[in-house]
Amino acid sequence: MTAPLVVFFVLAALAVIGAVSLILQKHPIHSALSLIVVMIALAGLYLLLGAEFVAAVQIIVYGGAIMVLFVFVIMLLNAGIEEHTSISKMAGAPGLLLVVALAGFVAATIARSTDSIQGTSQTGEMSSTLGISSMIFKEFVYPFELTSFLILVAVLGATVLAQREKS
Amino acid sequence: MNSFLSTNAELIITLVKIVMLLFIVLTVNAYLTWFERKVVAHMQSRWGPHRVGPHGLLQPLADGVKFLFKEDPTPAGVDKFVYYLAPLLSLALALTSLALIPFGPEPLPWKFFGQPIYLGIAPPDVNVGILALFAITAMGVYGVALAGWSSNSKYPLLGGLRSSAQMISYELALTMSVVGVLLMAGSFNLKKIIEAQAHHPEWGLFGWNIWPQILGFFCFFVAAVAETNRVPFDLPEAESELVAGFHTEYASFKFAMFFIAEYTSMITVSCLCSIMFFGGWLSPFPASWTFTHYLPSAILIPFGLWVIWDGIRYETIFGRILLPGLGTAFAALGAVFVLLPDVNLFIQGPFWLLSKIFVFLFVYVWMRGTLPRFRYDQLMAFGWKLLLPLSIVNVILTSFAILAKMTWWGTK
Amino acid sequence: MVPTNYYVILSAILFGLGVFAFIFKRNIITIFMSIELMLNAVNLAFVAFSQALGKLDGQVFVLFVIVVAAAEAAVGLGIIILIARNRQTLNVERVDLLKL
Repeated sequence: MTAPLVVFFVLAALAVIGAVSLILQKHPIHSALSLIVVMIALAGLYLLLGAEFVAAVQIIVYGGAIMVLFVFVIMLLNAGIEEHTSISKMAGAPGLLLVVALAGFVAATIARSTDSIQGTSQTGEMSSTLGISSMIFKEFVYPFELTSFLILVAVLGATVLAQREKS
Repeated sequence: MNSFLSTNAELIITLVKIVMLLFIVLTVNAYLTWFERKVVAHMQSRWGPHRVGPHGLLQPLADGVKFLFKEDPTPAGVDKFVYYLAPLLSLALALTSLALIPFGPEPLPWKFFGQPIYLGIAPPDVNVGILALFAITAMGVYGVALAGWSSNSKYPLLGGLRSSAQMISYELALTMSVVGVLLMAGSFNLKKIIEAQAHHPEWGLFGWNIWPQILGFFCFFVAAVAETNRVPFDLPEAESELVAGFHTEYASFKFAMFFIAEYTSMITVSCLCSIMFFGGWLSPFPASWTFTHYLPSAILIPFGLWVIWDGIRYETIFGRILLPGLGTAFAALGAVFVLLPDVNLFIQGPFWLLSKIFVFLFVYVWMRGTLPRFRYDQLMAFGWKLLLPLSIVNVILTSFAILAKMTWWGTK
Repeated sequence: MVPTNYYVILSAILFGLGVFAFIFKRNIITIFMSIELMLNAVNLAFVAFSQALGKLDGQVFVLFVIVVAAAEAAVGLGIIILIARNRQTLNVERVDLLKL
């Protein structure tokens, strides 16, 4: 039981507990907090994988901006404890079975793959930030510019949607 | 026992450093409140705390006792889990961000079972130093937003929403204003940022990042003051506007946690300003002026003597014992630095860093005593319409300057 | 070293939990959060394979996924606010007719 393995299991357990808590909590704000826990656990896993830039971006963007947006909307809309109607209870049991089947199928396929890739110890000598930035601005520059356009469209869309009706 | 220590040496060193840093930071926080009250009071032509102990020096102790013994009510209808989580989150994040700051260039001269002991909890080769700090700052919004919401009351909710909106808006300007420094240093690592300012040790303070990055420093400092919810950006917790904003419903100890979180983030911001723009542990004097190595002692010994002189003639008996004792301690420290040149060389770095941090904390307190606060719409307009474009302009100018330097002079 | 299989199995489990939350929950905001959970699970698989193959393409793609998720969250939450204002409910089962 080496140290990375122990850390992996701790972080994986944290992520799974967070995801299960997202499902089991009744109030949306508690679900949001559970999702934040999942994201922090995933950031830890990215650090374990040597992707430090992605881990930092995950916490800053996902944990510090997107989830804040969710929390704001939950607070603004005064979302209360959600009610479960009979339809949702009916969908619960077969849904659980199907999801277990899906996840189990994927996991079994992967686990049975004979060449279990161990992974290289380090992705090259240069730090991941340097590598990622040189890739973004050389090979992926076109998608990069497109994402800036996408963000502009999203900002405009959100502004238009949030406007009050001009009566 | 010895083998256990040597295999887990790093872990044990880190744990001991964490405990020491916690103790030091909490004490510094307490005396920062004393410092603030005294300075603001003197700016307002009054004395501030001067009864509890000589010169009010035991006031933080009295405040601590008060916080411990005051009643801690929980309002009805709060969401218990979130209500208890919010101050914990604020405090934990504020204290964690201090773990990433290096306080000195060299490790201690002794090694613990072969492991060097650096001055600062994080090892010096954390390649995402600044980015991790911003990640922790980004998560700090939750403490405020959840505190406001879970209090089940109008004023905290409004204060919490306003405060978190303010923090998010200024976060963008904060991160963008640092990009100029990062471009010049070429790394996120805080140690490398300081070393990039030491390229010309003969220039002294003219090699610091403040001169090329004056715009970035302005944006960073203003955005950081807004992030920490201090004057002039403290509308969300102003007493006259929103009762006490998001921490209205929080009583003694939980309020103390928010309080400590705010002052700790002040300290973190001061550390970051010193490191990124003012050369960190570099001395402002050129490196060849080795006589400036006696400056710490030259400050400590007269200060200690003055405290002794002031304490001997103090009104209360306790003051006449405590103050000369303190003065003797300061003077003795200064004398130790004069007499032991190795120790003197070692503490040069930390001394300059701590002095710069102290100057920034003084500027924070100075702004508290002099500036009026922004109205909320002025605040948001300032953040989005002035600060963010300015920081982007700073990035563009810095990039062009570096490009020009690379093409014309062929250097980086 | 942790074998890559472990990471991908964890990603599959998280994805499955996200799908289950998407089916089972009735609050529109929680459903949206389950979409984010699924995206995160996929990101984990990307980064795991990026480390396994020694290339950084996976991490670059993760950055793009995060950016797209941010844009989607902004617009989606704007739509949710509008629906909540018009229908006065956040329960998806009550928003099943085009007629108000």
